[in-house]
Amino acid sequence: MAAGELESPNTQRYLLSMQSICRRFGATVALHDVSITVAPGRVLALVGENGAGKSTLMKVLSGAIRADSGRMRLDGRVYKPANPLDARRAGVAMIYQELSLAPHLTVQENIMLGMEPSRFGVVRWNEVQRRSVQALAEFENPELTPQAKVSDLSVGSQQLVEIARALAIGCKVLVLDEPTSSLTQQDVERLFQIIGRLKDQGKAIVYISHFIEEVQRIADYVTILRDGKVVGGGNVNALTTGQIIAQMVGRKVEQLYPRSARRPGDVVLDVEKLAGRDKPEAAGIQLRRGEVFGIAGLVGAGRTEFLRCIFGLEPVKSGKIRLGVYTGPASPLRRWSQGAGMLSEDRQREGLVFSLSIADNVTLSKLKGFGPFGFVLPGRQDKAALRWLEQLAIRCEGPRQPVASLSGGNQQKVALARLLQHDVDVLLLDEPTRGIDVAAKASIYRLIDKLATGSPEQGQAPKAILMVSSYLPELLGVCDRVAVMCRGRLGVAHNVNDVDEHTLMLEATGQGVPA
Amino acid sequence: MTESPKLQVQQASIRNWRIWLNTLGPVLGLLLVYGLFAVIAPASFRSGRNLEMIARQTTIVGVAALGMTLVIISGGIDLSVGSVVALSTIVIAWLLERAGSGPLLAVLGGVAAAALFGALSGVLITRLKVVPFIVTLGMMLVVRGAAKGIGQEQKIDVDPVRLKWLEELLASVPRDRWWMLVPPGVWIMLLLAVAAAVLLRYTRLGRHIFAIGSNEQTARLCGVAVERVKLLVYTLCAGAAGLAGVMQFSRLTVGDPTVAVGLELDVIAAVVIGGGSFSGGEGTILGTMVGALIMTVIASGCTQMGLPNWVQEIITGAIIITAVALDRLRHRHGL
Repeated sequence: MAAGELESPNTQRYLLSMQSICRRFGATVALHDVSITVAPGRVLALVGENGAGKSTLMKVLSGAIRADSGRMRLDGRVYKPANPLDARRAGVAMIYQELSLAPHLTVQENIMLGMEPSRFGVVRWNEVQRRSVQALAEFENPELTPQAKVSDLSVGSQQLVEIARALAIGCKVLVLDEPTSSLTQQDVERLFQIIGRLKDQGKAIVYISHFIEEVQRIADYVTILRDGKVVGGGNVNALTTGQIIAQMVGRKVEQLYPRSARRPGDVVLDVEKLAGRDKPEAAGIQLRRGEVFGIAGLVGAGRTEFLRCIFGLEPVKSGKIRLGVYTGPASPLRRWSQGAGMLSEDRQREGLVFSLSIADNVTLSKLKGFGPFGFVLPGRQDKAALRWLEQLAIRCEGPRQPVASLSGGNQQKVALARLLQHDVDVLLLDEPTRGIDVAAKASIYRLIDKLATGSPEQGQAPKAILMVSSYLPELLGVCDRVAVMCRGRLGVAHNVNDVDEHTLMLEATGQGVPA
Repeated sequence: MTESPKLQVQQASIRNWRIWLNTLGPVLGLLLVYGLFAVIAPASFRSGRNLEMIARQTTIVGVAALGMTLVIISGGIDLSVGSVVALSTIVIAWLLERAGSGPLLAVLGGVAAAALFGALSGVLITRLKVVPFIVTLGMMLVVRGAAKGIGQEQKIDVDPVRLKWLEELLASVPRDRWWMLVPPGVWIMLLLAVAAAVLLRYTRLGRHIFAIGSNEQTARLCGVAVERVKLLVYTLCAGAAGLAGVMQFSRLTVGDPTVAVGLELDVIAAVVIGGGSFSGGEGTILGTMVGALIMTVIASGCTQMGLPNWVQEIITGAIIITAVALDRLRHRHGL
């Protein structure tokens, strides 16, 4: 990009510039030589797959983390935020997907939070109200009165409160991170109008979204990130949707996906028009023994909720589920005994008990059979765990080591070992390779292939595997069939040979042919 | 995550060392406190008689703390323990005096009544999804009220003839039975402590309690019947409190609905000094027993030295805070 212009102190063409930002986390390069610029009154869209580096870049911008190298300039001056508060004071405001409001307080209290005008420590409420009204005037939204309680507002209006807060502190740069993922169509329209007005006021806006159509509507420029690098971008009108997506996913499929000859058998999991509390809205699949079925889609599309509804971790509103010979929804306890097991996407919060040992974690779903009368003999537990430590090559000191002290890849293997130890027939895997290194990924792919193929000579029947992933190459490499979830709806199942990353991404961003 | 094998071994040995420190920490604390008083207090503090006295005085809090350990490991709290002790004494006295039952039946009745209220707490916590602190705070008043109702706001005195062996549970061991060392009540506590330790470490229920306290979501994912386990834990805790009530009754031989006010705080303190964590998943029976002993040793030492009650209270309070602060410190520096 036009670096020469940026260095010249006279030009005020760019309100914000980030130059050659690099950032590593241990061995992983999260950002490599990334540069972006935003002019006043312009919207820059930042696009890329999950894990492409968008959030890391924004964390650098907001002072939450520091770059290893690179320079930033804001409004012509060197910008080096020490922390998020510092960044806010400098005029950089972030609106995240998860809103950071105090739900019990009123709109005006939230807007002025932390900078209440006061005299001798007593809050000047008149002033609070005057400034809130001023900040809210832009929005022309009848729901947004200064005295309304934030928890009574819709998500869309809550987001506006947060934008009002950013305006009240006099922000120059506004970052919107996936602002529309939980909004209704109406709220999206309203947000777009407001973004238009903010542009007129000369604010610089960074807009992060998965939805390419939105980007094309609202943004002036786009920067495409992949694997921590800028791979393309430019004027948004000069790029087609196809070009943007191609650059987002354009990665060679590595040869790490083994695929043995699989023979799909009977349908073991039959789901019809499943609807949960909020998501999914309508999702159905027929999963056969001896096949790997993948679910693609964007974060927040309802994929995780779909698995959780099947496994009884979230309530089922309507729809049919049949697992083996059992019909209807059931609790996790039942599901385990019916021969299904689930791997959580969140190892720390749900997948594993971090403070307990490997052996305890592997055997937690079925502690029966390790001793008489409800007794659990640690020796027998350890023996069971040792078997998986060897088979899955888990690097550790022994079965009594606490899970918390293992690396991510080894933790994930422990979580998977629980399903193997329980010997379930149907495996529900949510993001089975999230946050683990390539070597560990490869061994998990091999394991999935082995499970789906079975080995008759060892008397192991093929298993049925339903797998959710945000990493398209992995789905294409591992699965036999793939379906795409978009805004709570699951599309038709495709044979994996009939689709590629491009068509899946189109479908996931709501561009493809609706099912 | 490529650590050299040497580093791994080193980390393993540090971890083992920490586990030992974890268990031994409270024990060292106890030895320290005892040693200190053994030096500065009069010789009578070191006598066998006084040791027996310390054991006897620890029993009521100790028995109740066994149940509380389960609750705290599961990530909960039970504030109704003191009231349950009072209820138990009044039910026992009522059964002996008014219903004319024998001591065994009376004891069983007292414990059963206590356990029933514990089950009620458990049902309220799991069904209404109200936090244990609030439910048991309410139950503290409910149970206290029930105890007063049964006694019609009076103590129930019991004719000494009806007491039989009940009187001897915590009475000092007579000379001709010196081989018992400590009275039967203390032995009961020790046996129960062993049983509770085995339950926690070697049974399915015990592993489930730890799993729920460490990470309830994972427990649910793994098909642990979280509600059922919690219900059982609160029932067991109140049952233990009921048994503490038996000990209390044996000591005073009167059913008193106003006894043991604030006892729950001593019980919780014992668990906390012993390494139990309010965020759940941590705690040991050995630690709890030691915690209860530390508090009695301080009380006994201060009494022997003729120090007033208020000094004793300040020391105990300081010990609680120190124990937990040390625990936090340990957590911050690794596992």
